[in-house]
Amino acid sequence: MPKYLSAVLAVLVLAAGCAPEPNEVVVYSARAEQLIQPLFERYMAQTGAVVTWATDKEGPLMQRLISEGEQTPADLFLTVDAGNLWLAAEQGLLQQAQSAVLNRNVPAHLHDEAGRWFGLSVRARTIIYSTDRVDPSQLSTYAALGDAAWQGRLCLRTSKKVYNQSLVAMMIAEHGEEKTEQIVRRWVANLAAPVYSSDTKVIEAIVAGQCDVGIVNTYYFGRLQKKDPAIPIALFWPNQQGSGVHVNVSGAGIVKFADNRPGALKLLEWLSSETAQAEFAALNLEYPVNESVPSDPLVAAWGDFNQNLINVSRAGELQSRAVQLMDRAGYR
Amino acid sequence: MSGVVGSLPRSGYLAESRYWSAIAFLVALPTLASLIIVVLSLLHPDTEILGHLLRHVLPRVTVNTILLVAGVAMLAGLIGVGLGWLTAMYHFPGSRFFSWALLLPMAMPGYVMAFVAIGFLEYSGPVQTLLRSWAGAEVWFPPIRSRGGIIVVMALALYPYIYLLARNAFLTQGRQALEVGQSLGLTRRQGFFRVALPMARPWIAGGLMLVVMETLADFGTVSVFNYDTFTTAIYQSWFSLFSISSALQLAFFLLLLVFVAVALEYRWRGRTAYITSLSPGAGVVTLTGAGRWVAFGSALLVLLLAFVLPCLQLLAWSIRNGQIDARFLDSGLRTLSLATISALMIAAVAIILVYALRNAGNVARLAGRIATLGYALPGTVLAVGIYTQISGLNGFLNSSLESLTGASPKFFLQGTVLAMLLAYLVRFLAVAYQAVDAAMQRVTVRIDESARSLGVGGWQLLRRVHVPLLRGGLLTALLLVFVDVMKEMPITLMTRPFGWDTFAVRVYEMTAEGQWEQAALPALSIVLTGLIPVIILTRASSHAVATR
Repeated sequence: MPKYLSAVLAVLVLAAGCAPEPNEVVVYSARAEQLIQPLFERYMAQTGAVVTWATDKEGPLMQRLISEGEQTPADLFLTVDAGNLWLAAEQGLLQQAQSAVLNRNVPAHLHDEAGRWFGLSVRARTIIYSTDRVDPSQLSTYAALGDAAWQGRLCLRTSKKVYNQSLVAMMIAEHGEEKTEQIVRRWVANLAAPVYSSDTKVIEAIVAGQCDVGIVNTYYFGRLQKKDPAIPIALFWPNQQGSGVHVNVSGAGIVKFADNRPGALKLLEWLSSETAQAEFAALNLEYPVNESVPSDPLVAAWGDFNQNLINVSRAGELQSRAVQLMDRAGYR
Repeated sequence: MSGVVGSLPRSGYLAESRYWSAIAFLVALPTLASLIIVVLSLLHPDTEILGHLLRHVLPRVTVNTILLVAGVAMLAGLIGVGLGWLTAMYHFPGSRFFSWALLLPMAMPGYVMAFVAIGFLEYSGPVQTLLRSWAGAEVWFPPIRSRGGIIVVMALALYPYIYLLARNAFLTQGRQALEVGQSLGLTRRQGFFRVALPMARPWIAGGLMLVVMETLADFGTVSVFNYDTFTTAIYQSWFSLFSISSALQLAFFLLLLVFVAVALEYRWRGRTAYITSLSPGAGVVTLTGAGRWVAFGSALLVLLLAFVLPCLQLLAWSIRNGQIDARFLDSGLRTLSLATISALMIAAVAIILVYALRNAGNVARLAGRIATLGYALPGTVLAVGIYTQISGLNGFLNSSLESLTGASPKFFLQGTVLAMLLAYLVRFLAVAYQAVDAAMQRVTVRIDESARSLGVGGWQLLRRVHVPLLRGGLLTALLLVFVDVMKEMPITLMTRPFGWDTFAVRVYEMTAEGQWEQAALPALSIVLTGLIPVIILTRASSHAVATR
């Protein structure tokens, strides 16, 4: 090859930036920056390790991991929703982490059976109701929100949000596809307004009186409750006689082509430890995945509940079927 | 001697033509490669998913997309052409103010206007809450989260593209048009419909084309409205059904719609006639009686709805929830520098492309069409197309460097500014091209011929004759690209380098979680920054009009 070409290439190397330092841990995170930055800063101060991160949506981040392949600078992939973690593992983007610490800190149904990813915080998706217009004794299960009693009183978020896809996927795991489709059709028939783009809007619609019940992740309610403790809304824990409340996780796994595997594992173990768990969950008013760590007082005040113990990775396996089911049922 | 001189320019011209064709195809290459990636996906259909999409999704999104595009184009066209004619040809209270103020909404991204409109007007918003407290719980209000709602919001966000171009046409041709009309015994109104409007057709068609392409590629606004179109279906297939091939196949159907739009525009634009402008501004009529207040009222209404009210709402939210910290300032700096660099680069490429097409044959024209198609590709699809190309190039460079030096280097072109700028170029070249091309249409072949006869050709012709004549068009191109890059979301999210936050990224992070009030400050910053070039442009164009 001609000499000048190597000169051009050398310049390109300089222009494009060099490989990361050896003890640096590079994190790709779909969890929002303000929810991870304080923890990473604490970890750096405590251990002297260097953590750098890029935040983005999970889809583009995974696409980036795929196209970077072996050249990727990423060591740890952090995202929300078990469906996304399952997909990353399925696409071969993550590697197994054999760690007694992680197996002890993270309950079995909240991590990949093969150890490719581990949940770090629990998010419960539950029923909320207007304390002005609903007697909680009328509530029982997710499926019962399709009953005629809730005609024109139900508000839901769009089916495009992965939280609802996971919820319906777990319902398929429990009831089978046919029965789940009936339930979803009845939900759609009960809607008081077109589906909303966010959980917060669902809660606001109930406060405003447009509808009486809805399904949201608890931390969205927590944020509003923090602002207005007198908000006329309460949480209801459904399916307590049966399968339990639908839970999901945010979590992380070590990237298949990580340069700094030990560093990534150390950070992951630290994130699941007592030291980090309280803050990791409390920053977003979620539940710690580590059962020895107490919840934030605001969260603890909502009471205990039985959670669905089916492994959350089922949400990922069944997600495509759940999306198609919701398309058929007219749940937009 | 004279024989030699006579033959030289001709062979030189042919060589030059081939050279320009090559440049045109080079410019079209990244777009062409992205299109090929889309078309190749048809070879590997994901049968189960595609069957589901064809049955349950495609019919609905096709109808939704067509109705949305048609509605937005008609409403934005009506507002843009109507106000362009009013401000170019009439004096009425505030007409001078409105002539530039009506461009201000250009700085307002559609997705920002969408979340403000919904926050303001939906059931739990302040307007309806107030109405209910006056008139009881059963008071009826038009639902904002509906097809009508999104059409109005997008038309208000996009009409300035048409207004800008149509007004420009009316300013330079309106008087002649009316004079021609009068000589044929037409009234002023007939003159508008039968002479001025047809003469302004290339400009209006250019503006409409921008609006149609923006609408087809929009992801942010339709997401906020939860209105299903091709872009949301593509996104859903990709990230929820985990099927990139079905996403690309949907993208192919979207491209078919784009081709239909391009063909329609080509037919409608029709044969163009151009005349040299005399003194614009003359022939302006002062409105009297009710007419002046109708004109004033309609201009004010559009300005209020499309700009003033959304800004006030953003301001109120920002004061309540805004936080100016180091990170905010940093993202501001990045936003500005990115938009500036991209605008300069893309405008330069647009001139080269316009010029190449002018000097090259018919085959190169195809390259021009392809190069400007990127505007109608959804940002997400485009980002992946570009990303795939860049990482392929990167792998090639890495392996050749390894075989050259023996070392195994690791460097990344993906996730650098280079990848981002290339994606912006593909996405926004059409914007700059339309503006430069419209101006170039006025540089007649006769001007070229006289320049050539004086021995001025090639780059010289471009630099010494065309660029000065193109100044207005260039300025428009710079402005439009600057504002577009600043507002752009999916490409920025996907290809930005580590730690590169822009205002649009900040808005995205907040709105994704429904924290619309926290999104207000970065959104307001986008709007305010976008105002700077809008004001520069309006001042420059009024200056040009005044001194001509």
